[in-house]
Amino acid sequence: MDFSYSEEQQMLQDSVQKFVYSQYDFDTRKKVIGSDKGFSDEYWSLFAELGWLTVPFREEDGGFGGSAVDLMVMMEEFGKGMVVEPFLPTTVISGGLIGDLGNAQQKETLLASIMDGSLQLATAYAEADSRYNLASVGTTARKDGDGYLINGDKVLVLNGPAADKILVVARTSGDKLDREGVSVFIVDGATSGLSRRVYTAVDGHRAAEVHLKGVRVSAEALLGEEGNALAALERAVDRATLAVCAEAVGAMGCLLKKTVEYTKTRKQFGVAIGTFQALQHRMSEMFIECELARSIVIMAAMKLDSSATDAEKAKAVAAAKSRIGRAMRKVGQESVQLHGGIAVTNELDVGHYFKRVTTIENLFGNTDYHTLRFMAL
Amino acid sequence: MNADFTAEELEFQKEVQDFLKAEFPQDIKHKVDNGISLEKDDFIRWQKILHKKGWVAPNWPVEHGGTGWTATQKYIFAMEMGLYGAMAPVAFGVNMVAPVIYSFGNEEQKKRFLPDILASNVWWCQGYSEPNSGSDLASLKTTAVRDGDHYVVNGTKTWTTLGQYADWIFCLVRTDSTVKKQEGISFLLIDMNTPGIKVSPIYLIDGEPEVNEVHFDNVRVPAENLVGEENQGWTYAKVLLTHERTNIAQVPNSKLKLRKLRERAAQTPDGFGGNLLEDSVFARKLAEVEIQVLALEYAELRTLAAVSVGKAPGPESSILKIVGTEATQFIDELFMEVACYHSIAHVPEQFTEIFDGEKVGVGSLAASSNTYFNNRKKSIYGGTNEIQKNIISKAVLGL
Repeated sequence: MDFSYSEEQQMLQDSVQKFVYSQYDFDTRKKVIGSDKGFSDEYWSLFAELGWLTVPFREEDGGFGGSAVDLMVMMEEFGKGMVVEPFLPTTVISGGLIGDLGNAQQKETLLASIMDGSLQLATAYAEADSRYNLASVGTTARKDGDGYLINGDKVLVLNGPAADKILVVARTSGDKLDREGVSVFIVDGATSGLSRRVYTAVDGHRAAEVHLKGVRVSAEALLGEEGNALAALERAVDRATLAVCAEAVGAMGCLLKKTVEYTKTRKQFGVAIGTFQALQHRMSEMFIECELARSIVIMAAMKLDSSATDAEKAKAVAAAKSRIGRAMRKVGQESVQLHGGIAVTNELDVGHYFKRVTTIENLFGNTDYHTLRFMAL
Repeated sequence: MNADFTAEELEFQKEVQDFLKAEFPQDIKHKVDNGISLEKDDFIRWQKILHKKGWVAPNWPVEHGGTGWTATQKYIFAMEMGLYGAMAPVAFGVNMVAPVIYSFGNEEQKKRFLPDILASNVWWCQGYSEPNSGSDLASLKTTAVRDGDHYVVNGTKTWTTLGQYADWIFCLVRTDSTVKKQEGISFLLIDMNTPGIKVSPIYLIDGEPEVNEVHFDNVRVPAENLVGEENQGWTYAKVLLTHERTNIAQVPNSKLKLRKLRERAAQTPDGFGGNLLEDSVFARKLAEVEIQVLALEYAELRTLAAVSVGKAPGPESSILKIVGTEATQFIDELFMEVACYHSIAHVPEQFTEIFDGEKVGVGSLAASSNTYFNNRKKSIYGGTNEIQKNIISKAVLGL
């Protein structure tokens, strides 16, 4: 049994930590999310230069190794800085799907561009009424000559505004809820018939609703086998779920630290409010939540890196998201409550961490969804 | 024991319902129903309609413009207003400063201020909290020093809700710093147009400038604007805070939100071929909060019944504050769960009257997480829920 990081993981952690500490302070982040693009191209190039964009990929695909523990190490540090650069949609979800399903040519042309920072991607899977069921796909792709014609509407396409290409999940056969018949197409952002309603999310990230009206793609746009992409989509989304769980551990650690510091300095009734036992116990409970969150995300990351079955891996991720979901709600709400009014403003970073962890709660399946998924698996 | 309405009360209920249907402006109703933000003018226009009917201030004594209603009538009125989505009059004037003025002010002040509050000619805001005086309000440091027939005020007030709209502010100020902190506080009314006052917005977590800091730099306030006696302000403020807390259970508002939540859940696919109301986990949480609001409603009714036989609303109103705010916050969580992915968008512009672009999400669900974030303030303002628990521990349980 060994819970310590390898030398390489330690170096990765140090390098991300150093970046967040020295270049991603709260004011800098504010400028980044307020910019037109909503993230920094300069930082994205730096991520590429430092090799971070290779982390989610296997060695045979030219990556760092693709271990879930590596991803966890990195995402925890991103969580501390509330990093908004589109690492998750471009590399983890879209890159993950290409790595999993792509043929040699697709991998060769796309993965290298992801890793060198020159390609932005997004995956359009969610629909207005799909909720968290990845098999619920109403968007259709019908054979049309030697290509396909795609019609449908997608919601919450993370990194949708900046994506050069969008991986569109569409149904090539079967009924809306069938597990069979789900395919993925690589669609160029400039294709006629594709439009985006771009917006900023509550946590400062950028997203879009994507409309596809008679979008024509060639047969080469198909990623993997026709009608057989659901399992890969589930694996990619589970990996992203693990990543945001690790990010949440980083963010919650900051919330706890900031709350403890604040209650030591904030004086009311002539004493620091941290001397009140009623508040001390609540911070102790926050600490317990943070520790359990860290424990369960480690469990899930190690499971993903093991030779367990897909179902066992999915169950581990469901357990982590469910437990960390509860932790995020409690730690988020308590941090705000113990800070008082100041944390309900946009001035203080605490409110921004709260918005990010709340968004993570609602991403990739909320707490109830993953609890039920854990029961079913 | 009897909680049924009498024939007269049922008739009154009908009268209120008919009045709301006929008089609550359609354009404001449209905004409320669709989650579009309300403007200052919307509040004023509606309050003037209520004023014409004589229904602005049910809690005031009749001689100052109150309605003379029984506790049950007041309850019916508040419930019907809330269920219809009609806004209660802005609290700062009608429910907060007015009771202090008619209870402790002189005749001149009553004549000067109360009619304008009733008629919505003057917008009031509250100057209580300071950057370093939150839960420990009595530690406030804004000073008022007597200089001839004026007070000279210096200091900073914060969390001043809608201070950007206000014509007047009622303030707690320190007039004696040599005595126990509660004993050197006075209650002062200040015209916001007085030279030396600066209002700076504070952007809340949802990005809206709902509250402000109000800075006082050698602001000269006529001594005649002191309410009651100098250094008695804390006593008056405590009365006001009790009034603030009686309205804080927000049962009508929660009931309306629960009704909308139930409707919306029934229309929301669960992703597996059914709807969310058929999802037993969600349905159970919804039922639990409905039960909580029912218990809260009867707790409030018992408090009202006690008040109607002459008892002051006591520390029990802390229960209403704690349970009422937590119920509202939990309802907000459920709305966010219904909204699912749609809760993640931050698109405040689409909840303004002038927006005509493409909307994100379904109905007003894209506002659900911002509402949830913003309403975290409810367990903080009006005396934090922790302070309310201290009150119960001390004043009720004798600990």
